[in-house]
Amino acid sequence: MATTTAPAPTTQRPGTNGANGTLDGKCPGGPIESHWDHYKAEIKLINPANKRKYQVIVVGSGLAGGSAAATLSELGYQVKCFCYQDSPRRAHSIAAQGGINAAKNYQNDGDSVYRLFYDTIKGGDFRAREANVWRLAEVSRNIIDQCVAQGVPFAREYGGLLANRSFGGAQVSRTFYARGQTGQQLLLGAYQALSAQIRAGGVKMFPHTEMLDLIVVDGHAKGIVVRDLWTGEISTHMANTVVLATGGYGNVFYLSTNARGCNVTATYRAHKRGAFFANPCYTQIHPTCIPVSGDYQSKLTLMSESLRNDGRVWAPKKQGDKRPPQQIPEDERDYYLERKYPSYGNLAPRDISSRAAKEACDDGRGIGESGLGVYLDFGDAIKRLGEPVIRERYGNLFDMYEKITGENAYQQPMRIFPAVHYTMGGLWVDYNLMSNLPGLHVIGEANFSDHGANRLGASALMQGLADGYFILPYTIGVYLSSEAGKKLPPADHPTIGTVRKEVEDRIKRLTSIKGKRTPSSFHREIGLMMWDKCGMARNRDGLQAALKRFPELREEFYQNLNVTGEGGGANAALEIAGRVEDYLEFGELMCFDALHREESCGGHFREEYQTEDGEAARDDENFAYVAAWEYKGTGQNPYLHKEMLEFKKAHLAVRNYK
Amino acid sequence: MNLTLKVWRQKDAKSPGKFETYEARNISTHASFLEMLDVVNEDLISKGIEPIHFESDCREGICGTCSMVIDGLPHGGQPGTTVCQLHMRYFQEGQVVTIEPWRAKPFPVVRDLIVDRSSFDRIIQAGGYISVRTGGTPDANALPVPKQNADLAMDAAQCIGCGACVAACRNASGMLFMSAKMGHLSYLPQGQAERSRRALAMVRQHDSEGFGNCTNQYECEAACPKEISVAYIARMNRDYALASAKEMAGVE
Repeated sequence: MATTTAPAPTTQRPGTNGANGTLDGKCPGGPIESHWDHYKAEIKLINPANKRKYQVIVVGSGLAGGSAAATLSELGYQVKCFCYQDSPRRAHSIAAQGGINAAKNYQNDGDSVYRLFYDTIKGGDFRAREANVWRLAEVSRNIIDQCVAQGVPFAREYGGLLANRSFGGAQVSRTFYARGQTGQQLLLGAYQALSAQIRAGGVKMFPHTEMLDLIVVDGHAKGIVVRDLWTGEISTHMANTVVLATGGYGNVFYLSTNARGCNVTATYRAHKRGAFFANPCYTQIHPTCIPVSGDYQSKLTLMSESLRNDGRVWAPKKQGDKRPPQQIPEDERDYYLERKYPSYGNLAPRDISSRAAKEACDDGRGIGESGLGVYLDFGDAIKRLGEPVIRERYGNLFDMYEKITGENAYQQPMRIFPAVHYTMGGLWVDYNLMSNLPGLHVIGEANFSDHGANRLGASALMQGLADGYFILPYTIGVYLSSEAGKKLPPADHPTIGTVRKEVEDRIKRLTSIKGKRTPSSFHREIGLMMWDKCGMARNRDGLQAALKRFPELREEFYQNLNVTGEGGGANAALEIAGRVEDYLEFGELMCFDALHREESCGGHFREEYQTEDGEAARDDENFAYVAAWEYKGTGQNPYLHKEMLEFKKAHLAVRNYK
Repeated sequence: MNLTLKVWRQKDAKSPGKFETYEARNISTHASFLEMLDVVNEDLISKGIEPIHFESDCREGICGTCSMVIDGLPHGGQPGTTVCQLHMRYFQEGQVVTIEPWRAKPFPVVRDLIVDRSSFDRIIQAGGYISVRTGGTPDANALPVPKQNADLAMDAAQCIGCGACVAACRNASGMLFMSAKMGHLSYLPQGQAERSRRALAMVRQHDSEGFGNCTNQYECEAACPKEISVAYIARMNRDYALASAKEMAGVE
């Protein structure tokens, strides 16, 4: 960036598409309860015979992309679906453990659309768009019906009806689950629906294919450039509209609970072509993951939050205490969550628990070889309830822990540490789930819309499927009907060739440097810096230091990168290098956003903005808006567009969990 | 720890492959097998040698991407473990470890340890689903499912589609994979309407892809990282026999 100071509160550029020059979310008017019904009643429909004439590109085949591709094909659209995995069944939605929320009120415990809406808005620290969240809560009920009809084997009670459990941030039991593999089962449901459509000819599937750029013709997104990861072949694909369902950007931190292949390239390349990136600094750090054990480590594994129901979190009182946990007597242990948050204790919310663990480790009281970890101790629970009860409740998690660490958590406490898990920020979209760039739709984790500054447990699966099954299939018609009668750009349109050439040149550049450093070594360096400067807690000096470092790193990257082989055929080093190239710019945007947001909210904790007792201090007067950034060139300050957030149904309140 | 690796290298499906020998140096016993390969690959790239190509994604045992045969055993032979969760503490200092791709006719090699498993996708596309459109479905609680059936369906539905069952089988049979999907859907009331049609369509697709038949060796069950039972194969055979008989009699 040209300067490393926060941009001055911006005067809006005249003529961005809303009143007073601010971004317009295009939410329907009237009472929020009837928004979606009115909207569906009034939108233009496309008749079945005409739907066949429209081509739709869907990038990504997870819960959002897979469900959208299947549903759009059922409606009659011609769909092309792309994923980087070797099969659409492997998208990272598959790894979600806990469950999916829905306002079914099967438990008769007072749940309702309003309660799910309010919990989500409050959990997001009042930084999400009300109208979208209401709609999400409303369609949550249809999702469960749909999934059961597909054969998703949800947990059941002895009477044969569906079982529920409760999750953080809610006082009702509204979470549906399939053992510890809810994400897998929901994804297989969507994959099966997608497979049926592939067989029927409505979807053409392109696995092991990565999107490398967006083709924008006359201001509209009309196609993509992709690379086949097995053959190295570059090709272009054109359609009436492009849907990005490419997930989050947690891997900018190198280590996260994301899959190895998850990356920011699709959304970041769309950003460079004109799509605004909203709230990139909102990232979720999950408090209970297995700690890092060495620099060879490739990813972090989540241990379900439910463990904190019976486990007690502690760190030694003495700095640098390296005794085994069993030898540290009771009065030399600091049960810091119970000490600092007596009313919530070990069940304090995610962001607070994560930060408290960081504090203990920063204080030199972390445990394990690296000093980055705390204990989650089941000793008391085992004494009180007996080992069989604990085994019944958490046996599969204890087994997984033992598989990874080789330690028996029935005999010694688990070692845990927070890890990057989910990203709330993403490409800006309006109520139609369309970006400011006409023709570009963005769904699932890839967009910014529903979780504000912090996501509640069991809500990611809900949002992905809501977008793909029940929202986009309606809203996409709004754009497509406005394009009625317009032809796709011809195959020899000069823009297509130009974008393709740019992609090929980029690959040539990366493979021709032949320097000394591996692509992963750059990725690791970016990750460590992001974790340190833009992780659980951020401050002005740290963010400015990171902003200063990025241009230097980029320079070194282009001088000293070593990608073995050439562009043709499978080339693992080239794949990583291309993704790292985008992190080198995207990380800078994240830090810039974090620096500009001079408040603390949800997953964004600025050390300068906290209450006397160390809680997040939100600034509604100055920051109750979505920060949507416009790309202005690499190394240039991005331009800030604001979407003002209004809270008519859920009134702004301090998020107090004490 | 230090190991010697004998790794299958093959440029693409058409080129002949061969074993190459590499040294893995200073590997932590806490590392996973794939992290050990990451370290070896970093070293290879630094020397200007192209890295060993293998697939992996979630690295927590659920996506089914990782796939390699270690010393003759798919996923390395630890019970209920994918290779991404196989840790180096199970290996000895100085051990020589042989690493190969899944070897089966329906899984052609793409490069080194990467194989093309799209035949599995085509088996599912043939009928491994319940035909239901989005929307217009009845309330989720309108159709009770006995808990024991829901549990049996879930046991089968856990299949991650990795292909270890095929790699372990002397006949390269995909029957454990296929029967897991059929078992998942046939234990549920929603899956009954298409049960016969599904059995016929999936089995025919399986056979046309070049997978072999089951001769009851149960190597697949032993290799399955999700420990799926061969009992589902028996259930599938029964479904297939009934469906064939009905088809011959013109009942369906």
